[in-house]
Amino acid sequence: MVFLFGDRDSLRRLPRLLPRAVAPSWADVVAFLALAALAVFVIRGAGEMGAPLSALKTRPVTLDPARLPEYALLTTLRMFAALGASLLFTFVVATAAAKSRKAELVIVPALDILQSVPVLGFLTFTVTFFMGLFPGRELGVELAAIFAIFTSQAWNMAFSFYQSLRTVPKDLDEVARQFAFSPWRRFMRLELPFATPSLVWNMMMSMSGGWFFVVASEAITVGKTTIALPGIGSWLSMAIDHKDMRAVALGVATMGVVILLYDQLLFRPIIAWADKFRSEQTASADKPHSWVYDLFRRTRALRLTAAPLLWPARLLTMIDWPTLPKPPQVRLSANAERAVNWAWIALVAAIAVAALAFIWTFVSKTLHWGDVIQVFGLASLTLIRVVVLIALTSLVWVPIGVWIGLNPRWAARLQALTQFAAAFPANVLFPFAVVVIVGLKLDPNVWLSPLMVLGTQWYILFNVIAGASAIPGDLKEAASIFGIKGWQWWRSVALPAIFPFYVTGAITASGGSWNASIVAEAVSWGDKRLEAAGLGSYIAKATAAGDFARVALGVGVMSIFVILLNRVLWRPMYKFAERRLRLD
Amino acid sequence: MPTLPQGRPLVAVKNLRHLYGKPGDGELLVLDEVNLTLGENEIVGLLGRSGSGKSTLLRSIAGLIAPTEGDVDFAQNPDRGRTVAVSMVFQSFALFPWLTVQQNVELGLEAKRAPAEVRRKRALAAIDLIGLDGFENAYPKELSGGMRQRVGLARALVVDPDILLMDEPFSALDVLTAETLRTDLLDLWCEGRMQIKSILMVTHNIEEAVLMCDRILVFSSNPGRIVGEVIVDLPQPRNRQDPRFRKLVDDIYARMTQRDPNAVRKNDGLFPGVGIGMILPTVSTNTLAGLMEAVAAEPFNGAADLPELASALHFESDDLFRVAETLQLMRFAEVEGGDIRLTAAAKRYVDAETDARKALFAQNLLAYVPLAAYIRRELDKDDEHEVSARSVREVLEELMSPEYADETLKSVVSWARYAEAFAYDEGADLFTLEDPG
Repeated sequence: MVFLFGDRDSLRRLPRLLPRAVAPSWADVVAFLALAALAVFVIRGAGEMGAPLSALKTRPVTLDPARLPEYALLTTLRMFAALGASLLFTFVVATAAAKSRKAELVIVPALDILQSVPVLGFLTFTVTFFMGLFPGRELGVELAAIFAIFTSQAWNMAFSFYQSLRTVPKDLDEVARQFAFSPWRRFMRLELPFATPSLVWNMMMSMSGGWFFVVASEAITVGKTTIALPGIGSWLSMAIDHKDMRAVALGVATMGVVILLYDQLLFRPIIAWADKFRSEQTASADKPHSWVYDLFRRTRALRLTAAPLLWPARLLTMIDWPTLPKPPQVRLSANAERAVNWAWIALVAAIAVAALAFIWTFVSKTLHWGDVIQVFGLASLTLIRVVVLIALTSLVWVPIGVWIGLNPRWAARLQALTQFAAAFPANVLFPFAVVVIVGLKLDPNVWLSPLMVLGTQWYILFNVIAGASAIPGDLKEAASIFGIKGWQWWRSVALPAIFPFYVTGAITASGGSWNASIVAEAVSWGDKRLEAAGLGSYIAKATAAGDFARVALGVGVMSIFVILLNRVLWRPMYKFAERRLRLD
Repeated sequence: MPTLPQGRPLVAVKNLRHLYGKPGDGELLVLDEVNLTLGENEIVGLLGRSGSGKSTLLRSIAGLIAPTEGDVDFAQNPDRGRTVAVSMVFQSFALFPWLTVQQNVELGLEAKRAPAEVRRKRALAAIDLIGLDGFENAYPKELSGGMRQRVGLARALVVDPDILLMDEPFSALDVLTAETLRTDLLDLWCEGRMQIKSILMVTHNIEEAVLMCDRILVFSSNPGRIVGEVIVDLPQPRNRQDPRFRKLVDDIYARMTQRDPNAVRKNDGLFPGVGIGMILPTVSTNTLAGLMEAVAAEPFNGAADLPELASALHFESDDLFRVAETLQLMRFAEVEGGDIRLTAAAKRYVDAETDARKALFAQNLLAYVPLAAYIRRELDKDDEHEVSARSVREVLEELMSPEYADETLKSVVSWARYAEAFAYDEGADLFTLEDPG
């Protein structure tokens, strides 16, 4: 996301302004101060998280603007804690899936489903679980919030890492085997670098989703327990309770600044750095740039400060773990091997059946078939909302996206802007909508619906822009020579060319909208509560009431709907696009 | 055929056999009864068509593939007090794009846990030797193809191997670059500056083999066997225009088009598999027509010497073989003894107009390509004249690997479309008899 320096010309100008040989330069001073401040911030924030739960009561969240930076910091720390956990999860689980057939059998379908499940619905369970794990400590609630963010980030990262591990180029694999790399060196030298570009991209997507959840999970009510962790999410929820429009606006602005900072200071540089891991052998013309990354590479003092951060990584690469004696290879006969495989499948199936039985006994105590039918009805309502809104936003954004994509001058700038919009947690904007709906006395069943796509429509837009700017020049020239215009141009040039990109965006948007329905179908402003009939509000209400059985039912049914929609609609479209409409 | 090395033996391959795929389930025998001994002080070439298993043999020696049967025995190296070591250069260079030239070269030493100082010194020496000094800190994507292969060579040499294995090392390079690299490598070899005792290289380029090797082992395909050994006793540097050089090239062409004496019928063994299980190569009908026209025209007048034809048409010998043998399969040509001769059908084809050409092509396609005939028969039997491509694919996958089935089906579809023998609807994955015209 090039946000401030959208076009490459201004980027090239910037480094020239930086003195190179003179040290310490003003840039050095600024950078040093910034790094030092960051360290102090992190230490302070981490100290606060370990406090006992009672501290939350003695120092409740207040709408004091002076504390907003601190809240922003805590929210950000939660995000990064979750990102760290997601990375760890990715390395362990995805590696296991890629290396072991038996683990793969379980992990890959599980990841596929978890990717499309509405994680917001799980908050109820995780909060209860983590509070039970650390009774009376703030840490338990913190972990619950972090876990909620983790559940929104980990799956696609793990999936991309698994796919990278499975597609390591054959010749590089042969080099590694020919030189007898140890498994550790193989991971550090071959597998991790190869997977880095797609992992970084998925981390970025995950972070975008994560902001949404951090806001939703900081202030949560489960049954009788209401928790408000210090953070922007709690600030916003309190501002909403107090009908304090100024505070809401302040919170939203802070959020914007935080996202901008994290993007410019962290992700842009990482993306620029990760470009060297792309395995194409040709230098690409479209190299990602970051002024921070350039600053680091060009400023001597900064490089020196960064060096102590880098040498552990270098050392890690060079570790020579003592070689363990290889366990004797047991050569099983083909039949025995098949028997072991079947035993494994049987074990997995047995666990699945046991889990199903457990859920059933849990749910059936309080629920009847009537509830199931009711939930399916509500799910259908939400389905209609998702489908109609995706269609409507597509109608709006596809032409605009194509227009932007065909104007290279605008494309670079606006694409960055849309990616920023996608990362911005739309739920912080909900209060404004509520004020409008209440003020104009609109029907919430209809007018709450657009909130579901408020944050997710951008995925459609920026994918369409990317698709349109990727239309090859010769294709455009051919179209103009033969006078292809109007509807024929859309039908035979633009739509086929952007279709694969559009489908990718629409899949993300549709999945995100289901998730957002949990917060979008039931919103409040002070004591006013607006509700739209649907599965999202059903889950939200059950969560507030602490009704675990209904939450489980609602989340289960939503998962089924999301997976069905993926299998029936999106996946065939994706396959078609892959097969017929690829431009290479 | 056992082959005798010139000097002290370094590695001996005995009775090597290798199968791909599961036994009984579309398995493919790629190497059969291969024996070879590599001696000190020689460059040996493994020459054969693609699919003749020569790369598999090289990888068996490199330890990258465990052959189904047979042994690879390395001798002791008395000078160094260890078994003979090998290292490999790859066709695609196989450089790690995220590592600099120097880091790439150091990789093998790093895996051997050599101390950093030793690594640096030896890597710089190898980089220097191979003519890359100044590029130590460059990334592979900043280098040209020739430079990249130099890095690949330095990386292989720095670990101090006795045998250098090279898998078509120059085939991804343009003609000029490849020639420079060959000459440089030969210079280093002749001057003994590489510290290696022997080179084993895989190639499908006949001239390259004659230019570089002391001994050439010619492979047959399907399955890969060593069918001949050619000793090249021309002194280095060799001249491509030298009549003795030309004669060697001609001889090898003849050997490579020699029919397997064990084949029962005339066209058996052209392509792996029999009947509808025959794995068909991807050859466009334009290329087939083009070759027939070229051979029919002056100066060949219906029969041509393959090496001459290859250089006249700027064809790689491997590609030329594939096209020529597809023509042979359809009885448009006879290929033998390094020559290609057009049949009467081909002469009629060349003289005909587009529609008549298509009819002739269809006739021979349905008569001599069993899979095409099979699909057409199924279509004629069906009331709707429709056959699902999936069912055909399933039949093929019983007989060959899914990748080969895919390629074979694609080839037959493109030939049938040209011949208008039958149509294929990709969306519905259906063969039909519908004539869109």
